[in-house]
Amino acid sequence: MAGTGTAHLRGDKALLRAEHLVVEFPAKGGKKVHAVSDVSLDVLPGETLGLVGESGCGKSTTGHALVRLTKPTSGHIWFEGEDLAAQNARTLRRTRARLQMIFQDPIASLNPFRKIIDIVIEPLRIWKIGDKAARARRGREILETVGLDPEVAGQRRASELSGGQCQRVSIARSVMLDPKLIICDEPVSALDVSVQASILNLLEDMKEQYGLSLIFIAHDLAVVKKVSDRVVVMYLGKICEVGTSEGLYEEPLHPYTANLLAAIPDADAPVAAISEQEAELPSPLDPPSGCRFRTRCPRAEQRCADEEPVITEHRPGHFAACHFPLVGNTADDDRAMQAAEV
Amino acid sequence: MTRPDEESPVSRNGKHGDDVLTASTSAPSTDADLPESTGGQAGVPLLEVEDFVTEFETPRGMVRAVDGVSFTLERGRTVGIVGESGSGKTVLSRSLMKLTPESKKVNRQGVVRLDGEDILDASVRRMRGIWATRMAMVFQDPMTTLHPLKKIGDQIVESIREHRKVSKAEARESAVALLRSLRIPEAATRANQYPSQLSGGMRQRVAIAVALACDPEIVFADEPTTALDVTVQAQILDLLATMQAKRHMAMVLVSHDLGVVRGRTDDLIVMYAGQVVEQGPTATVLDAPRMPYTEALLESTPRLDSPRHLRLPTIEGRPPNPLAFPPGCRFAPRCRYAQDRCLTEAPPLTRDGDRAYRCFYPVGSEENAAAAKTNRSRGATAAGLAVSDGVEAVSV
Repeated sequence: MAGTGTAHLRGDKALLRAEHLVVEFPAKGGKKVHAVSDVSLDVLPGETLGLVGESGCGKSTTGHALVRLTKPTSGHIWFEGEDLAAQNARTLRRTRARLQMIFQDPIASLNPFRKIIDIVIEPLRIWKIGDKAARARRGREILETVGLDPEVAGQRRASELSGGQCQRVSIARSVMLDPKLIICDEPVSALDVSVQASILNLLEDMKEQYGLSLIFIAHDLAVVKKVSDRVVVMYLGKICEVGTSEGLYEEPLHPYTANLLAAIPDADAPVAAISEQEAELPSPLDPPSGCRFRTRCPRAEQRCADEEPVITEHRPGHFAACHFPLVGNTADDDRAMQAAEV
Repeated sequence: MTRPDEESPVSRNGKHGDDVLTASTSAPSTDADLPESTGGQAGVPLLEVEDFVTEFETPRGMVRAVDGVSFTLERGRTVGIVGESGSGKTVLSRSLMKLTPESKKVNRQGVVRLDGEDILDASVRRMRGIWATRMAMVFQDPMTTLHPLKKIGDQIVESIREHRKVSKAEARESAVALLRSLRIPEAATRANQYPSQLSGGMRQRVAIAVALACDPEIVFADEPTTALDVTVQAQILDLLATMQAKRHMAMVLVSHDLGVVRGRTDDLIVMYAGQVVEQGPTATVLDAPRMPYTEALLESTPRLDSPRHLRLPTIEGRPPNPLAFPPGCRFAPRCRYAQDRCLTEAPPLTRDGDRAYRCFYPVGSEENAAAAKTNRSRGATAAGLAVSDGVEAVSV
């Protein structure tokens, strides 16, 4: 897996483009945690980009780095013509109004003692938008939009609401300043299935209504597939595979993606036999040489240890960083390969 | 009887459920391909639960967390319990094992027979002879299950020595062997490590080792993989299945994930608001749910083969307040088929062959089709929930 390269980027059309993003954290003994290593990705206007991978693959760190909640060690984050990675605190503050984030734990991300309506209009208050009455009006409107009764739920404290309701409040708050892009970090993983479905629907509605782009970070592949136009699969701080959600799920190129898909328990189909995959995730303190997935990869050969694979287009719009991708020998695939090489 | 008055129809229903469930989980076909039972009396199921109730006294009133659950579990078989948060699935598994606190504020009723012996009112002293050696539990969060300041090997040894008269060295040897059988690499070295030195998946393997250390006959696994990644989840579930087959254990697998119980359990219990709302062989229940709640739960789960940006059918509303359950069907306020009868009369758990469900208008029946039609034509259910054609289109 795990390769470098920017072949999958789509040029100037992108709303946000991260190039060669690296995030390292200092660890004991002068070592470094290689959380995100040379990740490049972009989001088009109106697109939902899914970011999946196991815990520790760097998907959340990538999300945090994109809004500079974590400072990238190196790399660029282009958003509306400016490099976020180089911005100072003051300009960054202004940028962040258009770049919002929704977090995993809906209850922990709201102040439990504040009234919901106050939480929702806080962004307007901070930016001194409108007068008091206008802000309250806007707050009530937005609560209606996310399916909460402003007179009832709006007057409650965050601690009195359920997880699903809190997530609705987080979504309402995130669109207050008319953002262009919302980064959703596991927005539904703390919720029950029935609540999860309504929050996913709400995110789709909000996206349409406000013309948003989303970066959707999650470990649940079925959820990511449902909401995303394009999916990026990460492993140990690197990108393995990038493709449309259908392409990637129907014909995964990277052995790691295939592995992830095989492991999903599906309520509609009996569990398929899962190949024994003994090795644990290697330490990000000392990631394997070459392809970082090689220690767990059934197709690994010497070349994978010596040489890091580069992200390559194996089918139109479907990229993988692998020396031995799972491409069948059908005529279509051969043509796609040739097209990619040309 | 401390049951509040309004609960009385429900308790009748629970009784009604008794005969249903005893039969449903012990299909005769299963005994054929299983090896001889390891001990126990012939013809007596390993675990028999009848009309089991757990109530908690709270400052705001009595909360009936588990309301009239009945099932039987044979050796080598797995029963899955699914439901949303607050449905009572965790309280059920914990109170069956008597892990709920012994106090006047907890009221347990019904019958829990382990190999024919009623353990509902067993003393803690008696339970010490049952915990670990006969019934063991694997909890959701391996980090909080294991003692953070004790080496993992010592934690397994402690469990073994508590229940068996063996030397430290012998216990240690079997602990390492157990870790090895749970496919923990370098088991002997790992035994000297602390939980914080292990990954989540490894910790859960250790928690399983602790649970299996004294050869229990039943393992209760309460969301054993919820805290883990999908790949690790698959490994842990496979491992549990392997250990179960090897030791001919019975298992109760509690999960909120219908995908997890599919293919890993023989029988399934779907819980809602403390009650069993559907019960039967897992594949049958998931392939053709009769209870509208099970149907809705399946539909609201995103599937890999569904097209992108498809709107998921949702279950409107929230589970009822356990302090004030609605008088009729507890799911009626959220059910797309609800009729007037559902709001006033509590449906009993109705038996249908090897399965049971709690609904007057079960999915797939003529009554159900008529109810759906009625609600569609008036644009709302009897409980006032709006019904659009869109919702119906999805259910087809």
